[in-house]
Amino acid sequence: MQRRIPRTRIRRTVAAMAATAGVFALTACGSGFNDPQASGGASGSAGALSSSDQPLTVLIGSSGDAETAAVKSAVADWSSSSGTKATVQAASDLNQQLSQGFASGKPADVFYLGADTFANYAKQGSLLAYGDQLKNKDDYYPSLVTNFTYDGKFTCAPKDFSTLALEINTKMWDAAGLTDADVPTTWDQLKSVAQKLTTPKVAGLVTSNEYQRLGAFMVEAGGNLMNDTSTKATADSAANKQALTYVQDGLKSGWWKFTTDVGAGWGGEAFGKGQAAMTIEGNWITGAMKSDYPDVDYKVVPLPAGPAGKGTLQFTNCWGIAADSPNQAAALKLVEQLTSSDDQLAFAKAFGPMPSVQSAADGWKKIYPDYSAFIDSADFAKGVPTAAGNGDVVTDLNSKLGSLKTADIDSLLGTAQKNLSALQG
Amino acid sequence: MTSATVRPPVRQPVQRHGNGIRRGQTRAGLLFTAPAVILLVVFLVVPIVMALWVSVSDWGGRGSPFSSDVNFVGLKNYGAITSGGGLAESDFGTALRNNLWYVLLVVPLQTALALLLASLVNSRLLKGRGFFRTAFYFPSVTSSVAITVLWFFLFSPAGAVNALLRIFGIQGPNWPADATGVLHGLLAAVGVQNGPGFLTGAGFLGVSWWDWLAGPSFGMLILISMAVFTTSGTFMLLFIAALQNLSGEVEEAAMMDGTSGWQRFRLVTLPQLRPTLFTVLTLGLIGTWQVFDQVYTGSKGAPGKTTLTPAFLSYQAGFINQQWGQAAAIAFILFAIIVALTLFQRFVLRERGVSKRRMRRNGFITGADGAYRAADRSIATAETGGTDLTGSSRGDRR
Repeated sequence: MQRRIPRTRIRRTVAAMAATAGVFALTACGSGFNDPQASGGASGSAGALSSSDQPLTVLIGSSGDAETAAVKSAVADWSSSSGTKATVQAASDLNQQLSQGFASGKPADVFYLGADTFANYAKQGSLLAYGDQLKNKDDYYPSLVTNFTYDGKFTCAPKDFSTLALEINTKMWDAAGLTDADVPTTWDQLKSVAQKLTTPKVAGLVTSNEYQRLGAFMVEAGGNLMNDTSTKATADSAANKQALTYVQDGLKSGWWKFTTDVGAGWGGEAFGKGQAAMTIEGNWITGAMKSDYPDVDYKVVPLPAGPAGKGTLQFTNCWGIAADSPNQAAALKLVEQLTSSDDQLAFAKAFGPMPSVQSAADGWKKIYPDYSAFIDSADFAKGVPTAAGNGDVVTDLNSKLGSLKTADIDSLLGTAQKNLSALQG
Repeated sequence: MTSATVRPPVRQPVQRHGNGIRRGQTRAGLLFTAPAVILLVVFLVVPIVMALWVSVSDWGGRGSPFSSDVNFVGLKNYGAITSGGGLAESDFGTALRNNLWYVLLVVPLQTALALLLASLVNSRLLKGRGFFRTAFYFPSVTSSVAITVLWFFLFSPAGAVNALLRIFGIQGPNWPADATGVLHGLLAAVGVQNGPGFLTGAGFLGVSWWDWLAGPSFGMLILISMAVFTTSGTFMLLFIAALQNLSGEVEEAAMMDGTSGWQRFRLVTLPQLRPTLFTVLTLGLIGTWQVFDQVYTGSKGAPGKTTLTPAFLSYQAGFINQQWGQAAAIAFILFAIIVALTLFQRFVLRERGVSKRRMRRNGFITGADGAYRAADRSIATAETGGTDLTGSSRGDRR
């Protein structure tokens, strides 16, 4: 009895203490979070930009040292000319670090944003929709501006973009007795050259089994998963079915293989290792070929036209500015500088991205005359869906495209249609 | 105050505080536990409460979840992942399916392997026991990221595993890319391509019963084999510690009774390892239901979403899709599953008294104090050659 009484008391007191500590901790946490309303986040509303003398943080998802160094030097240049301090930070997991920033109320001021994820952040109100205040806003490719328009507002400035083109291994091309005149410009020609290039060890064409490559054929057939403004699902269109049927046909007859079938991580690896005579990748392949497979000779040509004419997919990133940034005015100036023709060409020289402004297109072609197919494809390129939540749908579709060879195309596209339509609701 | 008369005098505060030497103990105790309690509250209780709130709110990921513009939405997030027929539901169902197969294979395999290795390195006959202990434990201390990369390398279509299979004339599958369930694959080998209508027609969580029964995919087998390889070393350590704690006398007594090695292991050693077995199974169960890093660094859910797990799905829903409510809801459902399974396992592995019938059959009777004692001392005495082992050992214990 004697022993039991103090013990219950201790237990009670500990519980009380835990509760008090909990309340303390909660209030402490509460003050740690900046209330977005209080900190003057002008989310979406044009005009009133926050302004202060606080330094800027730039968070980038870098492809490597070359890119980090180039962005650092460009930002440092801007910093010294404008007098506003700015630091560049390369993220190890961009989405995760962005999310943490937004949740804590102290996000990076300027950051990379993928076209496929930007709508998720725009939907939660974390982004400043500043597009219409850019001085150079008419210089951007209109299709890129459409990509970064959320809820009717041009949200963030396109940073750069990439398009898909066809890469051909010239050695294998010559060995198969093909000449420049044989470069495929239609689906039928693509099929016939790929068949000629296919040997027991080499597949004519190897691509990854994802919408991000096969979607180009949907565009060439006149379709895509969603309409250009990503407001309506068009996945189950006849054009998409035609495109996938063409791919399926290629897989069945063996001149088209998926990277997973040859054990490669991506098209560039299969192409570099000589498992593929042709592949379909974006301009990032040029850097990889140079560093990993410098001995492989290849050329880049635009993708062949489909039943509805020329087409390809484009991928892009933008410079996001946080709605909670205390110095949006300076951030906007920085973005204008970073997307200027001069800065973008400097980036192009350093690590190869294609400028998002039309005025820099000729400059890019001068730097990379062999790869002009990529930038020429901008005229007929279409974007990937940007509706909030599309990532899951595309992942789901990709998981099924892996077995496209035997899949029922109607049900595959039907599921995608159902899931994309659900995003609108 | 009228009731004061009814109160027993023991409850008087004076008596509680007044006994000399114990005074102030309570306060000191609280003071000493305070740092740990505060740390637990700040880093455990508060985040859990926050996550619980997020799972029933419409918090979008910006600013504090406790700010005024975040609304309570009830069980909407839970509803989205468990009903409605959308992608969120079928993703959650798929993730649960994958993880269930993972648990079903990993937990028994790693426990059995750990026990086997522990018995091996514990046997006095083995030379170089220290070396083997280190070797078996090594995978556990190696970075899981490094092992994941290595494992996927081994299982690549042109990798070591397939090269090994080729020696035996087997054309190995394209492991990291083959989304076929193992059971489906076996059925397809005997000509069953599509499941019967009652399995394909109905389902649970947006996944048809036929797909629930698909078994782990070949891609998932990579992760399963890796988990068995890396964690059995850790659990081997627990088993070794337990084995070394067992008294040799019991084993010797069993030997004297003429038991075979296997009988000794099954009837003498294993029952004594029950607490450790419970620990290992519980840790294994919790660890396998939370598998994340191998998926994050290795497969990211590929091939065909067959390595998607609830923990990874929760990460994806939150950090990539900004569906924080759903992400938290997934985490709490996972928590409920783990707690339920642990309780179930505790129930199965509970300490059961030997049934009265069995005791009687073995020649014991209940004594006046409720303890069992040998019914016929003469039998025991006769069997042990005149020395009263049962009697003396009981005497020692008291």
